Amino acid sequence: MKYLTFATATLAASAAWADTPELTVYTYDSFVSDWGPGPAIEKAFEETCGCDLNLVGLGDGAALLARLKLEGARSDADVVMGLDTSLIAAAKETGLFAETAVEAEYTLPIEWNDPVFAAYDWGYFAFVYNKDLEVPTNFVDLGAGDLKIVIQDPRSSTPGLGLLMWVKAAYGDDAPAIWAALSDNVVTVTKGWSEAYGLFLEGEADMVLSYTTSPAYHLIAEEDNGKAAAAFDEGHYMQIEVVGKLAGSDQPELADQFLNFMVSEAAQNILPTTNWMYPAVTPSAGLPVGFETLMVPQKALLISSDEVPAIREEALAEWLKALSQ
Amino acid sequence: MLKLEDALIAQGDFQMRADFTLEAGRKYAVIGPSGAGKSTLLAALCGFVPLAAGRMYWGDRDITEASPDARPMTMLFQDNNLFPHLSVLQNVGLGLRPDLRLNETEREQVERALGRVDLAQFADVKPGQLSGGQQSRVALARVLVQARPLVLLDEPFAALGPALRNEMLDLVQDTIAQTRAALVMVTHAPEDVRRIADEVIFVEGGRAHAPRPAAALMDDPPPELRAYLG
Amino acid sequence: MLALILLALGAVLSRAEVGAGLGPSDWAAVRFTLLQAACSSFLSVLLAIPVARALARRRFVGRGALVTLLGAPFILPVIVAVLGLLAVFGRNGWVNDGLGALGLPEVSIYGFHGVALAHVFFNMPLATRLLLQGWQGIPAERFRLVAQLRLTPRAMFRAVELPMLRQVVPGALALVFVICLTSFAVALTLGGGPRATTIELAIYQAFRFDFDLGRAALLSVVQLVLAGSMAVLALWLVPKLGIGGGLDRMMPRWDARGGVQRMGDALVIVLAALFLLVPLSAVVWRGVRGLPQMPSEVYAAAGTSIWVAVASIVVLLLLALPMAGWIAGRSGGSVEAIGLLGLSASPLMIGTGWFILINPYADPFDFALVVTVAVNVMMALPFALRILVPPMRDAVAQYGRLSMMLGVRGWRLWRVVLIPRLRAQIGFAAGLTGALSMGDLGVIALFADPDRVTLPLQMERLMGAYRMDAAAGAALVLLALSLGIFWICDKGGRWRAEA
Repeated sequence: MKYLTFATATLAASAAWADTPELTVYTYDSFVSDWGPGPAIEKAFEETCGCDLNLVGLGDGAALLARLKLEGARSDADVVMGLDTSLIAAAKETGLFAETAVEAEYTLPIEWNDPVFAAYDWGYFAFVYNKDLEVPTNFVDLGAGDLKIVIQDPRSSTPGLGLLMWVKAAYGDDAPAIWAALSDNVVTVTKGWSEAYGLFLEGEADMVLSYTTSPAYHLIAEEDNGKAAAAFDEGHYMQIEVVGKLAGSDQPELADQFLNFMVSEAAQNILPTTNWMYPAVTPSAGLPVGFETLMVPQKALLISSDEVPAIREEALAEWLKALSQ
Repeated sequence: MLKLEDALIAQGDFQMRADFTLEAGRKYAVIGPSGAGKSTLLAALCGFVPLAAGRMYWGDRDITEASPDARPMTMLFQDNNLFPHLSVLQNVGLGLRPDLRLNETEREQVERALGRVDLAQFADVKPGQLSGGQQSRVALARVLVQARPLVLLDEPFAALGPALRNEMLDLVQDTIAQTRAALVMVTHAPEDVRRIADEVIFVEGGRAHAPRPAAALMDDPPPELRAYLG
Repeated sequence: MLALILLALGAVLSRAEVGAGLGPSDWAAVRFTLLQAACSSFLSVLLAIPVARALARRRFVGRGALVTLLGAPFILPVIVAVLGLLAVFGRNGWVNDGLGALGLPEVSIYGFHGVALAHVFFNMPLATRLLLQGWQGIPAERFRLVAQLRLTPRAMFRAVELPMLRQVVPGALALVFVICLTSFAVALTLGGGPRATTIELAIYQAFRFDFDLGRAALLSVVQLVLAGSMAVLALWLVPKLGIGGGLDRMMPRWDARGGVQRMGDALVIVLAALFLLVPLSAVVWRGVRGLPQMPSEVYAAAGTSIWVAVASIVVLLLLALPMAGWIAGRSGGSVEAIGLLGLSASPLMIGTGWFILINPYADPFDFALVVTVAVNVMMALPFALRILVPPMRDAVAQYGRLSMMLGVRGWRLWRVVLIPRLRAQIGFAAGLTGALSMGDLGVIALFADPDRVTLPLQMERLMGAYRMDAAAGAALVLLALSLGIFWICDKGGRWRAEA
C-alpha cells in the first residue's frame, strides 16, 4: 500500500512537472550563488509565473557570450542575463537575440531604449580606497601623483575593459598620454576583478579599479565604513547590465514575462544588496540604507554600444603600447 | 638430453658458435677467458639471448623458441637472484607458483626446502637482512623446489669467501643430487673444476667447445687452455 | 590522450573563421613566455639540487612533514599562493616591513623577477621532490662503496650523484619548463603589466573576448610546438644508462659527515623551509580567520572535489602504469614527450574543443565530471610518467631475467614484482594526481556544472562576491584536503619502506 501511494505521488509529481513550463536563463556565476540575487529572484518570479525558473550560472559576462556563440541557435537558453554595455554590440551581431517590448521607468543617468536588451542594474566604475587617504580627483592628477593602483587586464576582464573605455570617453585622442602618465602608478594588472580587489585588500595598492557601489558592501555586509570611491571630475564610466530574450526560445511569452519581472519593483528591490549594483528602476521605497553614503559622480560617461568594438581595438593598442614601455 | 645443433649465438658485435650435447645428471664446468662469452652461453641456453642460427633440442623437443620459464632448466645469476621486497618464503615459493598463491602442500614443500638449507627460521625475513651466504642459500632452496632437470650457475657465489663458496658448492652438489639434475656452471677457478665437474666446456675464440672429461683435460690441457690456466 | 588533444584542436578549427595570423604583440608574448619559462625552470631546478641533496643525506625531526609540504605550493590555487607570496614579498609584506624598520628602501616584487620568484615558489619544491626520488634511487651499495673509498665530497658528487642528476635533471627541467609555459595569472599579476603577457593569456583573450577560434587554435599550436620541442630536447639529453641495482637496504650515509657540510646542509634546508613555509603560513593564517565565515556550500564543494580527486587517481593509475611499463621496455622517450604535450595543451582549448564536439549531442553538464577527470588525468600524466618510468626501467633491468625465468609475467609480473617495487613512486604519483585534481580549477567554466561546483571554483565565486575572508577559509580547506590526499597516498606508498 505504502509503495502504491509512493508510486502515485511520484506519477502525480512528474505529471505536474511536465505541465509546468520551464524557463532557462543563462547568467553569470555570482548571480546564482547563495549569497547572490539568484535564490530570491527565483522565488519571487516562480510565485507569479506558474513556471519553473532554471538559472544557470556560467562564468562571467564574457564567458556567457562565448558560450552562446558556441551553442548557437541550438542553445537551451530562453533568456541571457548579465551581458553589459561593452558586449551588447557583439551579442547583437550573433543574431541570436529577439526584440522585446519591456516597459520600464528607468532611473538610469542616461536614456535607455534598446529594442533588444532591458537594463536591470548598473554601476559606475571608480577607484576604491581606504578612507584615510588623500585621493586625486581626476586621471591627470592620479598620473602626476605617486599613489599606486591595481587594475584589471582589458583583455581578460570586464572592469579592465571598462577602464579602457572610461579613459577613452573622457580624453579621446589624449588617452595615450594619460596612460603613459599612469604607467608608473600601476602596480600590476590582474586577470580579473577578484585578484585585483584581493591585492588591494592585502595592501598592495592604494586604490583598486572597482565600482562606486563597492563601499556599500563593506558598509552593509561587514559594517565597515572605511572604504570609499574616489570622485573623478571628468565623470565616471558606467556599466549597465542587461537581459535579453533569445530568438530560438520555446517559451517566448514566459521570457518576456521574465524580462518585465527583472525591471519590476520585486526584482529591483532584491538587486542592490545582493548584486551590489544600483537598480535600473529605483524602487518606490528608495535605495537601501547605506547607499546614500555612496559617492555619486557629477557626470556619467558611456560610449554607445555600437561604437565599442572599433574603439576597443584602438584603445587596447594604445593601452598595450603605453604600459609595455 | 640438451642438444645445440650448429647454434650461432649473437649479441651486438659478439658472435659464438656452439654444437654439442649435454647428458642428463652430469656436471659441466664452463671455463674460458673474461669476455669470451661464458655468461652469454648460459643466457642462450636459458633463452634470454635468442639463437641467431641453429636449433636447440631437449630430447626430441625443439626448444629453440621456448620462453625461459618454459625450458626445463633454472639459472642462478651473478646478482639479483632474489626480489628484495618479497620474504624468503615468497622468494622460494616463486619457484613453485609464479603467482605466489601457495596452497598448504606447496607451502610445506617450501618450508622443507628452507630447512634443507638451514634457513627455516628465516622464512618471513626479507633478503636484505640476510648475509651473502644466506642469500645464496635462499636462491638454492628455490632451485630445489623448482626441481628442473638442468641447473645453470652463472658464478652466483663469486662474491663469497673461499670457505663459504666451497660450502655453497657442496650444497649445490647435494641439491642436484636430490633432484638428479644436470649442472652447468661458469667458473674461473680450476680447483672448482676438479672439485665438482665431470666435464669441461672451454669457451674461447668465438667458440664453445664440446665438453671434454674434466680430469683428463685438467691433467693435460691443450695449448689454448694451458695459456688460459697460466 | 594525443587524440584527446587533437580532436579538441580539430573541433576548434572546424568552427574557426578565417582569422589573422600572429601579430607583433603575439610574437612579443611568445618571446616573453619562452624567456620566463626558461629562467623559471632553470632557477627552480638549480635551487632544488642542493635542497634535495641536503634532504637526501640528513635525517631530522619533521623531515617527513617537510617533504610532504614540498607538494603544497604546487597544488594551491594560483591566486591563493600569490596572495601568500605577497604577504611576504609584497609592498605591504613582511620583507618590506623589515626593510622599512631598518630604514632601507622598499623592494618591489612586480616585474620579471617577481614572475621568476613565484614560479620558483611553485616549482622548486616539485623539482626537489623529483630529484629526491633520484637520490633515493641510488642504491645503498654505492654509498658504501663511496665510504670505503673515502671519496671527497667533490669526487663523490662526480662519481655517484652527477650521473644520477644527468639522468633526472633534464626531465625535471622539461616538466617545470612546460608548467611555466602555460602560466598566465601568475605571470600577469606579478609581471606588473602587459609586458608580462604569455601565450596562454593571448589564447584566453582570443576565446573569450574576440571569440576568434582560428587565432586561439593557432596560438594553442604554437604553445604545443614549444612544449613539444623542449620535451624532445630534454629527453634526448637524458643518457640511456641505468643506475644499477641494490638490495633495498636501509640507507645510512657515511659521507658528508664534516662540520662544514652539516652546516651547509642545515642552512640550505632552513632557507628552503623558510621560503616555502612562510608564505604558506600566511595562507593558513588568513584561512583560519576566514573559516567561521565560510558558507556551507564550501563543504558540499569539498565533497565534489574529493570525488573528482579519487576518480582521477584511479583513472590515472590505470593509464600511467601500463604506459610506464611500455616506455620502460624501450629506449626512446617519445611517449613521455606526448605526456608533456598533454600538459602544455591549453585547458581552455581542450575544454572548448570538447564542448563543440559534445554539445550537439548531449548536455555538456552531464559530462562535467567525466571531462574534469579526463583533463586532470591528462595534466597529471606527465608527472606520473616522470616519476614512474625511471624506477620502472631499473626494475625491468634488474629483475627482468629473474622474472622471465620464473614465469612471472603479464598481470603476475605487475602484482608480484613491479607494483611492489614501485610502491613508493606509485604512492607519490597518486598523491600528486589527487592533490592536483583537488586544486585544479574545475577545468573551465564551459563544463562547470553549476549544481556540482568544485572547491576551487567555489572559492573563486566567493572572491568574486567580495567575500575574500570566506574565500581564504575555503582555500585553507582546499590546502588541507590536497595535502591530506597527498599525504595518505604518499605515506601509503612508503609505508614500511625507507624514504
